[in-house]
Amino acid sequence: MHKWLQDHLPKIVLAPSFAMVVVFVYGFIAWTAYISFTNSKLLPRYQFEGLLQYRKLWEMDRWHVALDNLFVFSALFILFCMAIGLLLAILLDQRIRIEGALRTIYLYPMALSFIVTGTAWKWILNPGLGIEKAVRELGFENFEFNWLVDPEFAIYTIVIAGVWQSSGFVMAIFLAGLRSIDDEIIKAAYIDGANLPRIYLRIIIPSMRATFLSAFIVLAHLAIKSFDLIVVLTRGGPGYATDMPATFMYAMAFSRGRIGLAAASATIMIITVMAIIIPYLYSELRSKRHE
Amino acid sequence: MSEGRFSTAGAAGTRLTISRWLLFLVLGAFVLVYLTPFYVMISTSLKSLDEIRVGSMLAWPETLTVASWAKAWGSACVGIQCDGVKPFFWNSVQITAPAVVISTLLGAINGYVLTKWRFRFDNIVFALILFGCFIPFQVVLLPMARVLGILGLSGSVGGLVLVHIVYGIGFTTLFFRNFYITVPSELVKAATIDGAGFLTIFTKIMLPLSLPIIVVTVIWQFTQIWNDFLFGVSFSAGGGQPITVALNNIVNSSTGVKEYNLDMAAAIIAGLPTLLVYVFAGRYFVRGLTAGSVKG
Repeated sequence: MHKWLQDHLPKIVLAPSFAMVVVFVYGFIAWTAYISFTNSKLLPRYQFEGLLQYRKLWEMDRWHVALDNLFVFSALFILFCMAIGLLLAILLDQRIRIEGALRTIYLYPMALSFIVTGTAWKWILNPGLGIEKAVRELGFENFEFNWLVDPEFAIYTIVIAGVWQSSGFVMAIFLAGLRSIDDEIIKAAYIDGANLPRIYLRIIIPSMRATFLSAFIVLAHLAIKSFDLIVVLTRGGPGYATDMPATFMYAMAFSRGRIGLAAASATIMIITVMAIIIPYLYSELRSKRHE
Repeated sequence: MSEGRFSTAGAAGTRLTISRWLLFLVLGAFVLVYLTPFYVMISTSLKSLDEIRVGSMLAWPETLTVASWAKAWGSACVGIQCDGVKPFFWNSVQITAPAVVISTLLGAINGYVLTKWRFRFDNIVFALILFGCFIPFQVVLLPMARVLGILGLSGSVGGLVLVHIVYGIGFTTLFFRNFYITVPSELVKAATIDGAGFLTIFTKIMLPLSLPIIVVTVIWQFTQIWNDFLFGVSFSAGGGQPITVALNNIVNSSTGVKEYNLDMAAAIIAGLPTLLVYVFAGRYFVRGLTAGSVKG
């Protein structure tokens, strides 16, 4: 008995965590996916109804707005975060004495909740009080910056706040990537007479493919999950102009009482994330085994 | 490797200085971009409402007042309750403290088993646990709400503790696994030969080595759980809400006069704990951040 316990103890202590993950992650995903195939409204119903909810979803203008917004937001968010992150990382890599202090400043938004930083941005972007007012007081009487309340442009305010919050993080990822490149290769290029921009463009950046991929994965997955920032900045408005799948799902589940529809939108979200994450995790875990 | 690289850049003196200036100009401009919102938050929270209406967003307050800080902490209305953010701050403390401790402990023991007591399919078990880090939580909201209802934990602090433990395990296990994999297995083998068992090796050998990764994990979990909004807004009600939810209620309340200085003071109070941790232990926070992303 004692021997048996000793042999199986490792698995026994791992079991509770594993069981929790199986139930609360995989069981719950399965439940949500199943509910998405039923006609559940305020309460779950378990009769199978096929793709009913998905058809309803694709007939809803609000869902299409949410998808379009996700696409626009993700594209701009990833692009700007990568560009700013890479620029800052390269600049910081030039033997800056105060690098530590600068890094701390560029990265502090990541320690804060989107609700906290969103509160600040809501105020800065407020047409009557923030940037618009400040610029008008400088003498540009006709300056207009009312994106926050303009259905057409409100989504871009979320991009601005999102990029501000996350670009420092991307800088940290790129800086780690830059620092892991072998110095010898760069010295050799120097001796061959290559100049600095050329070395970055031709040697350093191409050798950072893995870092780019990591940054992309992290950002794509942050973009799909975006919820807090939208809620605090625009509450999905004006109207539902800045809805994204994450806020759409929440609204359907908790304020509209349309559980089936909410489950269908959540299922679309997890499928999107899986399509990005699974190949990535697979290659990461594989490459580690071969090391 | 040394910080920075091109110390021996042989370019001519003047060109170097100009590019150096340009470098600092760009870096300085970004410093302004990153710090301005924080500056605006602090200065606005210290202004009176009249000064906010008349003055510029960027101006430092002419007369400093901490009235809105006092009000935000002790008497601002969150929904129908007018006790400020204080009770919600303590809710967040009560949610965060147990959830951080328990999820970190579970992560440590999981990481230990997955690296030093390998078994068939352990990689698959790890992959399954790890995937939990990446799911959009919308996909678990509906069943979780029902399960919390069945357990009698709906709208309670206990319910949120459970939720944060469950969905924190993925990251904590990842952190400890990646750390323990660098601890030589010979150490464990030698201890086994000396007669030490599974738990003795964990408490006497592994845990004493783990201080750095414990710090990283605790800071990561603390930041994640304190800053959580989605679970808070989905599974808590009335007086049991965490501070992020209370803050959003203040900021997005549509009744009465909009008190921006109050919003800002409440936001700073809500952000202060994680900001302080970042300022004093930023190194560990960044390590968690990059470990959680780069080494998936």
